[in-house]
Amino acid sequence: MNWELIVIGAGPAGLAAALAAYDKGLRKIAVIERDRYAGGILNQCIHNGFGLHRFKEELTGPEYALRFIDRLKDTTIELICDTMVLHITADRQVHTVSAENGYQVYSADSIFLAMGCRERPRGAISIPGDRPAGVFTAGTAQRYINLEGYMCARRVVILGSGDIGLIMARRLTLEGAKVLCCVEIMPHSSGLARNISQCLKDFDIPLYLNHTVTEVTSANGRVSSVTVSEVDENRAPIPGTQKVFDCDTLLLSVGLIPENELSREAGIEIDPRTNGPVVYENMETSMPGVFAGGNVVHVHDLVDYVSEESARAGEGAAKYVLSGKTASNEVFIPITNGENVSYTVPQRVRPANVEGSIKLFFRVRNKLGASVIKVSDTSGRQLAAFRRVSMSPGEMENIFLPKDVFEKALGSLCVSASEA
Amino acid sequence: MAEMVCIVCPRGCRLTVDEASGAVTGNSCPRGEAYGRSEILDPRRVYTGTVRINGAALPRCPVKSSAPIKKPLIMDVSRQMDKVTLSSPVKRGDVAIKNVLGTGVDIIVTRDM
Ligand SMILES: Cc1cc2nc3c(=O)[nH]c(=O)nc-3n(C[C@H](O)[C@H](O)[C@H](O)COP(=O)(O)OP(=O)(O)OC[C@H]3O[C@@H](n4cnc5c(N)ncnc54)[C@H](O)[C@@H]3O)c2cc1C
Ligand code: SF4
Repeated sequence: MNWELIVIGAGPAGLAAALAAYDKGLRKIAVIERDRYAGGILNQCIHNGFGLHRFKEELTGPEYALRFIDRLKDTTIELICDTMVLHITADRQVHTVSAENGYQVYSADSIFLAMGCRERPRGAISIPGDRPAGVFTAGTAQRYINLEGYMCARRVVILGSGDIGLIMARRLTLEGAKVLCCVEIMPHSSGLARNISQCLKDFDIPLYLNHTVTEVTSANGRVSSVTVSEVDENRAPIPGTQKVFDCDTLLLSVGLIPENELSREAGIEIDPRTNGPVVYENMETSMPGVFAGGNVVHVHDLVDYVSEESARAGEGAAKYVLSGKTASNEVFIPITNGENVSYTVPQRVRPANVEGSIKLFFRVRNKLGASVIKVSDTSGRQLAAFRRVSMSPGEMENIFLPKDVFEKALGSLCVSASEA
Repeated sequence: MAEMVCIVCPRGCRLTVDEASGAVTGNSCPRGEAYGRSEILDPRRVYTGTVRINGAALPRCPVKSSAPIKKPLIMDVSRQMDKVTLSSPVKRGDVAIKNVLGTGVDIIVTRDM
């Protein structure tokens, strides 16, 4: 059977894209998911705080996912679970394997990549010391406790102050564990201010900024203590500042990486700044007819933006399939990151394909106070400017750029930010 | 003067609350004002956690409090979860614990399992 659209991953990105493509007229849509059920990472995010933008309501992760899963049964979208996608090809073949159906190859007019991201494991950062049991990523602990009901820690040190680590500090405390501290090497937390407040402050858990883990010791194969030291401005540990915590668990919350093995292998162009595919204004990748959205493109802190971005991509895929052609890749405006900006999504805009305006997402490198965001072209001409009261690397920013900015631009567009 | 971060939405505005008058500054919307005032008078939090479930694909079912609960009671509420085991099927909104610890708030299921 030939599908009009095959979506890889049934997290919020994949579900939003499938539903948007359906609403735009596609009928033969398959969503392929390696897990037993749809919902993606949201199923283990049992805390509330999802959907305030989109539904004007505070939902938990599973409730947010259900809002989309519910809609599937009124459509012809087919959800294929327990099935892992192994390869995709330039002629849009999707190779899969499952216990039930073995090795299957599906072909499609368009593909949507929605594989999400995974956590940076211990190997990706260097911690000296033993390699005992009791070192987990925060998301792994979240899965153990919230889905499998396996309480994996009693006395805990958390390295990294990303949102998952903060959420797990509260969750572990509520389940009776003692969280001794949260340790962050940078002078600021990468998590949301609300999570510092409701997950650490509410339970008197100290946050040590400018600190890192310098040693892990073990007894009988399990973590027995963690040593934490202050770091200098070059992030090197300062001798004599060690604090030793007796504990059985070290949780790592040191960042997420988009999961792009499939995309890389297929030859899709990857942006080294985001570790995700380079995308055009309609979220199409460098491979015509292959679209992407959600955490596979860049790490989002808010699921609301994942749904919105992916719905746009689903509409792009529908338009591509129904018109039978892609916009020409020859005429596009590259978008570059200037002062204080670490990346932008999309990275390329084809002016002819813009209807109305483009929502451009980016992150800043440093914490900034009252600032101006400037958009200028290669000739140095400023084409748009926006004000912000403050910006921080932990929070994704967005600006709307009207079509005429891209029509006027000479060469490329550069987005920069500086304190006013 | 009490300083705090508003936790109502991800924007995380920095609020200053005058304990005497209850006047809130720093909020970007009315929900922040309400949060700042309640944080001084009667701080509350929505509880989220899990309870055991039999007969479902997974051994735990996610739950939440149907309304915010007084903050000092949150740990005690969490301990109540051990006392319940649900049986599949359950639907979101089903009551797992009625009137938990006499708070007038129910613990409800948040996933269909
Ligand atoms: C622990 C944690 C806490 C969070 N807390 C919040 C919060 O409080 N509020 C908020 O708004 N946002 C929060 N977020 C962010 C939000 O949940 C994510 O941005 C969102 O879930 C990303 O959606 P996604 O669909 O891109 O990825 P995912 O939800 O990760 O979905 C990807 C799906 O693809 C599947 N998949 C991957 N590879 C394959 C393959 N080869 N074959 C088949 N299937 C595959 C996976 O199994 C998965 O189901 C949190 C994220 C995490 C990780
Ligand atoms: S004051 Fe309003 S905008 Fe600011 S964090 Fe609170 S709810 Fe959000």
